[in-house]
Amino acid sequence: MGEMKVNLCGIEIDNPVIPASGTFGYGYEFAEFYDINCLGTFSFKGTTKEPRFGNPTPRIAECYAGMINAVGLQNPGVDKVIEEELPRLAKCFSKKVMANVGGFSVEEYVHTATLLDKQEQVGWLEINISCPNVHAGGVNFGSSEKGAYEIISAVKKSVNKPVIAKLSPNVTDITAIAKAVEDAGADGVSLINTLLGMRIDLRTRKPVIANKMGGFSGPAIFPVAVRMVYQVANAVKIPVIGMGGISSAEDVIEMMLAGATAVEVGAANLINPYASKQIIEDLPAVMKKYKIENLKDIIKGVK
Amino acid sequence: MKQIIYEIIDTRQLTETVFEMKLRGDVSGIKCGQFVNLLIDGLYLRRPISVCDLNGDTLTLVYKVVGKGTQKMSEMKVGEKLDVLTQLGNGYDLSLSGKSPLLIGGGVGVPPMFLCAKRLIGGGKSVTVVLGFNTKEEIFYEEEFKKLGAKVIVTTVDGSYGVKGFVIDAMKDLEYTYFYTCGPEPMLKAVYNASKTSGQFSFEERMGCGFGACMGCSCKTLYGNKRICKDGPVLVKEEIIWEK
Repeated sequence: MGEMKVNLCGIEIDNPVIPASGTFGYGYEFAEFYDINCLGTFSFKGTTKEPRFGNPTPRIAECYAGMINAVGLQNPGVDKVIEEELPRLAKCFSKKVMANVGGFSVEEYVHTATLLDKQEQVGWLEINISCPNVHAGGVNFGSSEKGAYEIISAVKKSVNKPVIAKLSPNVTDITAIAKAVEDAGADGVSLINTLLGMRIDLRTRKPVIANKMGGFSGPAIFPVAVRMVYQVANAVKIPVIGMGGISSAEDVIEMMLAGATAVEVGAANLINPYASKQIIEDLPAVMKKYKIENLKDIIKGVK
Repeated sequence: MKQIIYEIIDTRQLTETVFEMKLRGDVSGIKCGQFVNLLIDGLYLRRPISVCDLNGDTLTLVYKVVGKGTQKMSEMKVGEKLDVLTQLGNGYDLSLSGKSPLLIGGGVGVPPMFLCAKRLIGGGKSVTVVLGFNTKEEIFYEEEFKKLGAKVIVTTVDGSYGVKGFVIDAMKDLEYTYFYTCGPEPMLKAVYNASKTSGQFSFEERMGCGFGACMGCSCKTLYGNKRICKDGPVLVKEEIIWEK
């Protein structure tokens, strides 16, 4: 059987498959379906300083080969995550988890990241500077090089664990943002967050989503994600986590060829709760088919 | 939660837009008031449909055609297989019913009331059911409820059958120990205001996953934020906050 281990920012993981933040809760919902220790790791629900309800409903819309969500970072707040969610997760997951951090100011990002950095269970801090559903005074930190640099350098100065910046595709040049966070000291980047999208109900002539717009994800965005991972992997030296519509073991390999060291699986988990497990189980046969003995050898292997 | 592959063993059109589908497979552990989430070929998100009845190894779903998903369901044939997530949601707590509970179903909110009535009558309760529709042509399941032994009152908005008006017009003169209801939100709100006892309400919301992972269908309650798919769809009267 081929080797699936990869090194993600200094931590070796058993395989490169990581359920993406916002599609895997704090893990235990999926532990009802299968033993989640088969995962490389997973990125837990985006966590902020204060508890948040998020946006008004409806906040889900269907699209061809995908969906739009405008959840808006609903989470119980970092204190409750540490007091309640992490101990509950410890009962069903023994590996290091990726902590996903959201915020509305430099101070908030630093506050949340610092608290999560101290948790034994946390292996990496994924800093979400790209949520399309929340805005800090109308500006998204991840949409400017200056904003991205500011957040990541401030977080980086305050924590010890590897910092991964999660990038938005809703920018003119994603490589410029990737370079900015690399300069700020990021240990890795993950991309792409969702694409800003919208649907309109023909009967009511109103947007389907109460917040009008939301983040578009699912297989439909896979080619955009592969393209952006390819561009970023060629622009920075730090590891890239590729995500956006990954639904099969073949998609994992394609994303790694484009330059990803590991991948995140998002919307697929919501349609098929076993999706991430299935992808991991399918990988050996697909690796064999394409004569891949060691997965890490194919990273950035596109000719 | 379980993922089950069911086989369609019967389909029946009940009204112009309402259909019944019987599925054979593992129905163990499914509770009244829960829903199932169906994967439909060619559509990305699963479709949540409430459980109408359970019989041996048969699960009955009754649904209204409102969009692409339910349209495709209505075109499915006996023998086709369906990938379904089951045991979703909290379901109704029937232990609170008292001796003579009232069940109130409006339109496509009628189906989940059926298993409720069956279980309550099976438990020796005296059950009254109010079924609300717009017109005579939209009525379904009246006979099925009667066969269970429930006292059935039908209301139609246009007065073409039964009591003229809304379900609350029929509720006024009834005595009951507790109630269970499902229907469109304006009806639920009217029932909330008209009801004389405590009761349980089943809500609808657009869902992503249906099993508590995506937070797409959250609502605010007096007991904190809840996910309609996981902590609901049933909420008790005392916790509901009407926002819309």
